[in-house]
Amino acid sequence: MTVLVIAEHDNVSLKSATLNVVMAATQTSKFTDGLVHVLIMGHKAESVVLAAAQITGVAKVIYVDGTQFAHGLAENVAAQVLTIAGQYSHVMFPSTASGKNVAPRLAAKLDVAQISDVTKIESSDTFERPIYAGNAIATVQSTDAIKVLTVRTTGFDAAIATGGAATVDSVAAVAGSRNTTFVGSEIARNDRPELTAAKVIVSGGRALGSNEKFMEIMTPLADKLAAAMGASRAAVDAGYAPNDWQVGQTGKIVAPQLYIAVGISGAIQHLAGMKDSKVIVAINMDADAPIFSVADYGLVADLFVAVPELVSAL
Amino acid sequence: MKIIVPVKRVVDYNVKVRVRSDNSGVDIANVKMSMNPFDEIAIEEAVRLKEKGVATEIIAVSCGVTLCQETLRTAMAIGADRAILVESNEDLQPLAVAKLLKALVDKEQPGLIILGKQAIDDDCNQTGQMLAALADLPQVAFASKVEITDGKASVTREVDGGLETLLVTLPAVITADLRLNEPRYATLPNIMKAKKKPLEIVKPEDLGVDVSPRLKTIKVSEPPKRSAGIMVPDVATLVAKLKNEAKVI
Ligand SMILES: Cc1cc2nc3c(=O)[nH]c(=O)nc-3n(C[C@H](O)[C@H](O)[C@H](O)COP(=O)(O)OP(=O)(O)OC[C@H]3O[C@@H](n4cnc5c(N)ncnc54)[C@H](O)[C@@H]3O)c2cc1C
Ligand SMILES: Cc1cc2nc3c(=O)[nH]c(=O)nc-3n(C[C@H](O)[C@H](O)[C@H](O)COP(=O)(O)OP(=O)(O)OC[C@H]3O[C@@H](n4cnc5c(N)ncnc54)[C@H](O)[C@@H]3O)c2cc1C
Repeated sequence: MTVLVIAEHDNVSLKSATLNVVMAATQTSKFTDGLVHVLIMGHKAESVVLAAAQITGVAKVIYVDGTQFAHGLAENVAAQVLTIAGQYSHVMFPSTASGKNVAPRLAAKLDVAQISDVTKIESSDTFERPIYAGNAIATVQSTDAIKVLTVRTTGFDAAIATGGAATVDSVAAVAGSRNTTFVGSEIARNDRPELTAAKVIVSGGRALGSNEKFMEIMTPLADKLAAAMGASRAAVDAGYAPNDWQVGQTGKIVAPQLYIAVGISGAIQHLAGMKDSKVIVAINMDADAPIFSVADYGLVADLFVAVPELVSAL
Repeated sequence: MKIIVPVKRVVDYNVKVRVRSDNSGVDIANVKMSMNPFDEIAIEEAVRLKEKGVATEIIAVSCGVTLCQETLRTAMAIGADRAILVESNEDLQPLAVAKLLKALVDKEQPGLIILGKQAIDDDCNQTGQMLAALADLPQVAFASKVEITDGKASVTREVDGGLETLLVTLPAVITADLRLNEPRYATLPNIMKAKKKPLEIVKPEDLGVDVSPRLKTIKVSEPPKRSAGIMVPDVATLVAKLKNEAKVI
């Protein structure tokens, strides 16, 4: 049978996480019929459909249009996937806030287990996933007929966004739930790369001391390196940085080419989110800070001096 | 309105677990166990709703081994009124836990079920959403603010890119994110009082739920180790290394 990928998008553009999931799906399809389909549920999301149809490795794009999908409500999205899930051996979501919201709901409706945060496909039913904040890697085998997975995007390269020529099918939409209404959102407008897709991330901790200092010190560094900005939980809890910047076990999992940790001690929960980065730089005043145990390059220094100096040296 | 709060007994968040040398799992013998931190937040939220007069009774539920009673006592020390242990030595996976909770929801008819967004051991982030599906209830995962009025909950949730607010009719399932509240410490008098609160023990069979695992753990291994790097004396050396050695800038 075929592998189904649930696309992540904002009705305008396809989120890059989808490309990593398509790669995981392509690897899985080697054990099945070799086909990957992408399902797009949205409202006036034609541009997303066009983008998805061009991804290398995608055979078919299925599009469902309706206002009930404009905000990705879990109730509606899960109900829609349910109408076609039976035709697939695997249903794959990115391990993002929306994927994690919907996948378990779908799995429970299908009476199957859901496998979270898959980082490696071993066969059609066997997968690797990190547990205990990445301090152990479990290899799990599913006995269910349909496998519902969330895929950790850092575990898979992105599929090539162009070169494909998928067919496009439109299907009828299920009715929306009457018990859940979208009220509004505050989505920060941000010209920086997405945290989970960025090549370079500069991340700040509690040591920054205030929102003003955080922005004053970290923004020029991010600008110089065209980097995304991250933060520790302590910095987010204290209001120095927005909540969706949190890197770690319970925030975002990232693996950029370069991760610069500034004034972050390196708690297990933080390391869980960034220790797979290719190159890690740590700037911390305390030579014994645990962050240095994972850093390729460590600098013991006062960040308020070292970071501006770094900005002018770049 | 009743609130059910499922609480899980997990390895304490300060413990760095070790993988067993035979790769059968992680070694959790003799390590400190605590209530899953997100579940403390869930209990705290329920207690605040009771203090505001929105909730009338808080029921803490745990599924697992006999020792989960400790976790339930902690929940009652924070403010739950009574507790239910669904006792089982089986490896309880999220779908099984969700089915057990569904059976209790049918029986207790709560207006709200507040869970943690994820347990910090298996990091599954599934149970609440699965429960919502099985009970056919609205769900709001990753909540950072909850307000209840006129049989509806207005809930702000943490999503990629920021925050969004949903309005759901009760009963509903909510999962707590880190910034929903800061849980209080249980005081000694409340810990003493909690010892006298009712704790009921039931078995999965009593609830008619098949809890057999759907996922088989084949092995558990160590993640690849990062080799320790070097310390650089100054910013100039750092920049040179990043340019010439690591070639990342
Ligand atoms: C359930 C749970 C989930 C969690 N999830 C996450 C998560 O997802 N992500 C996360 O990050 N954390 C998480 N945490 C929190 C984590 O345990 C730590 O508390 C947090 O990461 C600490 O943040 P920090 O390193 O910024 O602060 P601190 O630990 O306070 O470290 C600040 C560092 O700055 C250094 N410093 C101070 N002044 C200067 C200066 N002038 N120049 C240079 N260095 C300086 C200090 O030496 C210190 O090492 C979680 C905790 C729990 C219980
Ligand atoms: C040796 C062993 C191996 C295992 N291997 C796997 C495996 O490979 N894959 C796997 O998925 N699971 C495995 N499990 C099951 C695991 O212990 C969990 O019970 C299960 O996965 C629940 O996942 P979670 O706690 O991460 O759920 P989450 O969905 O992250 O939990 C969210 C919330 O649900 C509630 N909740 C969850 N569990 C309980 C509970 N027992 N009682 C009350 N409330 C609860 C809490 O409110 C919690 O905050 C294994 C267990 C053992 C003992």
